[in-house]
Amino acid sequence: MELLAFGKTGWGDELFYATLMTIAVSITAMLVGFFFALIFTPLKLSKYKTLNLVGNFYTTVIRGVPELLVIYLFFFGGSGAIMYVASIFGYYEYIEINAFITGSMAIGIISGAYSTEVFRGAIQSIDKGQFEAAKVLGINNFGQFYKIILPQMLRLAIPNLSNVWQITLKDTSLISVTGLVEIMRQSYIAAGSTRDPLFFYSFAAVLYLLLTYVSMKLINKLEARYSRGY
Amino acid sequence: MITSFPKLLGATAVTLKLLSASLFFGLFLGLFFAILRLNKNIFINKFAYGYSYIFRGTPLLVQIFIIYFGLGQIEYLRTTFLWVILKEPYWCAIIAFTLNTGAYTSEILRSAFQTIKPGIIEAGKSLGISNKIIFYKIQIPIAIRQSLPAYGNEIILMMKGTSLASTVTLMDLTGVAKYIISTTFKPIEVFIVAGGIYLFMTFIIHNVIKYLEKKYSFQQ
Repeated sequence: MELLAFGKTGWGDELFYATLMTIAVSITAMLVGFFFALIFTPLKLSKYKTLNLVGNFYTTVIRGVPELLVIYLFFFGGSGAIMYVASIFGYYEYIEINAFITGSMAIGIISGAYSTEVFRGAIQSIDKGQFEAAKVLGINNFGQFYKIILPQMLRLAIPNLSNVWQITLKDTSLISVTGLVEIMRQSYIAAGSTRDPLFFYSFAAVLYLLLTYVSMKLINKLEARYSRGY
Repeated sequence: MITSFPKLLGATAVTLKLLSASLFFGLFLGLFFAILRLNKNIFINKFAYGYSYIFRGTPLLVQIFIIYFGLGQIEYLRTTFLWVILKEPYWCAIIAFTLNTGAYTSEILRSAFQTIKPGIIEAGKSLGISNKIIFYKIQIPIAIRQSLPAYGNEIILMMKGTSLASTVTLMDLTGVAKYIISTTFKPIEVFIVAGGIYLFMTFIIHNVIKYLEKKYSFQQ
């Protein structure tokens, strides 16, 4: 147990901060994912074939390629791409993006592909009459989406979004390869310096289980809240 | 881009070997635990549930690291014949993937078993077929058909999961891709080639499953 002590003698506080980092990365990635879903869901549902193609390309490629490969692309290609863009604007210094941003962008794009599919499914399962009724009542497109479609869609989307959250949470463990100190990386460091990998990796597993368990409980509450009246 | 293609194609063989081995063992493990889940004994039931909960609730990376780095720490294991297997990253990866896909497969098969209508089993019973035969000849074939779409997804997820073998020094498709990226600093080109190979495999798996679904569908 002294291995987990807080302070200088143990790894307790380090692992605690690492857990917070995992949560921070997961939430950021999930939000980045929502942002991407916000762009690509309308594309997938669009009437125009070309826009459909763009939306489908995004979800198919991201869901068909390993997460680790996407992370490597961002890790090795990220600063190069930013520097290229900066060079267009006349900035030629070396730019280094920090691991948090690279990691949450990479995981965010992956989680975005899953969220897009969830939102698409949820919107498609809303009765067509709802759209038509809104139109007949003279509600504009904006109001139609925010006041009528979104509340109904959320109820249908939350169970699947909770799956996406679990996937995202577990995917953050892969960012450890880029050196960001989250649970997995911290366990790796601790295991290396104490030569006790079995204990630290098992403890990491327990931390992840705890995170998934707690988030499941919270999401269930949210689900109950949005299912009022059903 | 062209010079990296043969190297990546060679590494694809490693990926495919890992995938097929873990799917093969994982299917049996999944079937075994699915049957345990359906058992009425609460302890057996809870045990199988705990297995699937732990392996589905933790990242695959943690599982590989525990098996590859962690188990080697136990002195006793080093003296047994198991050490021959556990010192090889290849076998460690296969064990981790098998346990992981086994957990997901057991959930898929369990829900497939539960959707079988009791009338079908009762019909078998009233025809005087023994319980064993009902299980092997009626329940399992129906469950396999029911679980095909979900299992197809699991195969694709597992294929992506094999990329984690590169973290325990195995040179699979992702491992080689990373090596080429870090030596040539051409991440985008390598990503296109390696990603293309993965997408091609996804495409094939997707279509094979679709074909099987059609072939074994109830309405013919």
